[in-house]
Amino acid sequence: MAKFDEMEYYKQAELLNIDYDQVPDSDWMDTPVDFRPGTFIYPGKPARLEYLDLPNAREWSVLEEDWKLQDNWKQIVLEGMAERLTKYRSFKLFMDVCVRCGACADKCHFYIGSADPKNMPVLRAELLRSIYRKEFTMVGKVLGKIAGARELTIDVIKEWFYYFFQCTECRRCSVFCPYGIDTAEITMMGRELLGLLGLYVNWIIEPCANCFRTGNHLGIQPHALKDIFEDLCDDIKTATGIEIDPPFNKKGADILFVTPSGDFFAEPGIFTCMGYLILFHELGLNYTWSTYASEGGNFGLFTSHEMIKRLNAKMYMEAERLGVKWILGGECGHMWRVINQYMDTMNGPADFLEVPKSPITGTVFENAKSTKMVHIMEFVSDLIKHKKLKLDPSRNDHINVTFHDSCNPARGMGIIEEPRYVLKNICNNFYEMPENTIREQTFCCGGGAGLGTDENMEMRLRGGLPRGAAVRYVQEQFNVNQLACMCAIDRATLVTVCNYWAPGVEVTGISELLANAMVLKGENDRKLNLRLEEIPGK
Amino acid sequence: MATLNLGGKEVEIDEDGFIQDPEVWDEDVAIDLAATEGVDELGEDHWKLVHYLRDYYLKFGIAPMIRKLCKETGFDLKYVYEMFPSGPAKGACKVAGLPKPTGCV
Repeated sequence: MAKFDEMEYYKQAELLNIDYDQVPDSDWMDTPVDFRPGTFIYPGKPARLEYLDLPNAREWSVLEEDWKLQDNWKQIVLEGMAERLTKYRSFKLFMDVCVRCGACADKCHFYIGSADPKNMPVLRAELLRSIYRKEFTMVGKVLGKIAGARELTIDVIKEWFYYFFQCTECRRCSVFCPYGIDTAEITMMGRELLGLLGLYVNWIIEPCANCFRTGNHLGIQPHALKDIFEDLCDDIKTATGIEIDPPFNKKGADILFVTPSGDFFAEPGIFTCMGYLILFHELGLNYTWSTYASEGGNFGLFTSHEMIKRLNAKMYMEAERLGVKWILGGECGHMWRVINQYMDTMNGPADFLEVPKSPITGTVFENAKSTKMVHIMEFVSDLIKHKKLKLDPSRNDHINVTFHDSCNPARGMGIIEEPRYVLKNICNNFYEMPENTIREQTFCCGGGAGLGTDENMEMRLRGGLPRGAAVRYVQEQFNVNQLACMCAIDRATLVTVCNYWAPGVEVTGISELLANAMVLKGENDRKLNLRLEEIPGK
Repeated sequence: MATLNLGGKEVEIDEDGFIQDPEVWDEDVAIDLAATEGVDELGEDHWKLVHYLRDYYLKFGIAPMIRKLCKETGFDLKYVYEMFPSGPAKGACKVAGLPKPTGCV
């Protein structure tokens, strides 16, 4: 008998019974939250909060009436809002500027999958905006509810907790907003304010604590990392005949490589990691892994600006300590929003680094002049363009592949063409999903921004519905059997989304497919792929 | 935090039933944890897997990769699921007293 944290528990027919036309019985301000198991995430454990010096560390439960907030919780929230309205002009602007046109309303994957009006991005923002009006605008103070203002109560806090952890900060809605309101930033503000009351979810705050302690979300220590890589290299030897001894913490390397820790722990991420190892080995790249900067991801982005900065700092620190010239980043999603939007100003300038230049092709990555960090797909595209890789795409002929644009690389840094260029060079059978579900309009996996935990299974499946439906479409039209993506959260969560909405489609990273297609110096007969499965026809 | 009587002692567990302090684990705790997973009897292969996980955790501070677990114990994933229906992470690791992995997994 399946439980609510397992996908088998949910009947497709029931999840698909979505009524967008139903008018709610009560006004949204008078509709309390229904905390249904499967749709919310467990609280952060006190030991993790204490490790990070976060406030109000205590045992509490979402389903209990008393959330054990500080006595002066209201004052804390309002002072927190006042501080942030001064500090972040974008927050003030986004609170003021919305005209409630509704362009965003049906663009959110959680709204599409649930028809819950409070998952319309406009209404999710109103949860916060209504308090802003009441406390920080004259019209709201005077006119109250008529002006869309309301009192800050415990129920409002509970509503924030529910809905700000039902937003994956994917920013699809922002693409359609005529004012360019970045709803992810509103969610980030909401989560920061909740954090002041000690209202964190464990799926986010434990990785933060682990990352602060060991350098990565999973809490992998240096000797464990070495053990894992020895195993990955054993499998590479079996699949390709190539022996690799990866460099760790190597002073004087040209390049520091950083990728999410999911890539060296969980399947199918580990096959992507093997792909990196093979690529760098074949190129003879003078690079290094770091056991300290051993995490590309940054769950601080899902917590607070302060946490982003604390967790991100190690990248530049390690680059300086090792004396590298620049940093190369792997197939991570949200790491790239942190790098492009925050790293340089938060922890830079990294004047000790050079403008990235490919030692293989001589290409200078001018676009990375300020961050000094290049995306692996920019690096690989450049290699392919200069014909520096020997490729045999027929090794991937049994694969009909489609590409899921991960939200942050697509919308947070505009990496859209590079992964497609690489895929078309390494796979003969590439098919796009419908155009309103890819590129800058890509649909989220439904589990980003720290929502990818199993106790949130119902929302993950609902939120994954639009992406799952698009995958199902290309599966039926073109027999697509693999979904490529370049994000570790995707590689974890889309496995469930595909198993549920498009069973038969496997999830892969691009570097895995790349290494499978690469013809290596001194390789064996290449009958096995990196998953050690026999390659059909080989 | 909820507590549960496991192996004759009161043990703190989280919402998913994982024990919070890996130090309190012993074989009696494991037997009772297995019961919460619907595994009524731990046979030789169950113990081999549980002890492998336990030893790896004590040495490395984390669970092994699933692939490594299969390689080192000689059990394929299907058999692991037969032994522990919730799977290697939520089933076997729980019984071995390991914490639940978090992050991009």
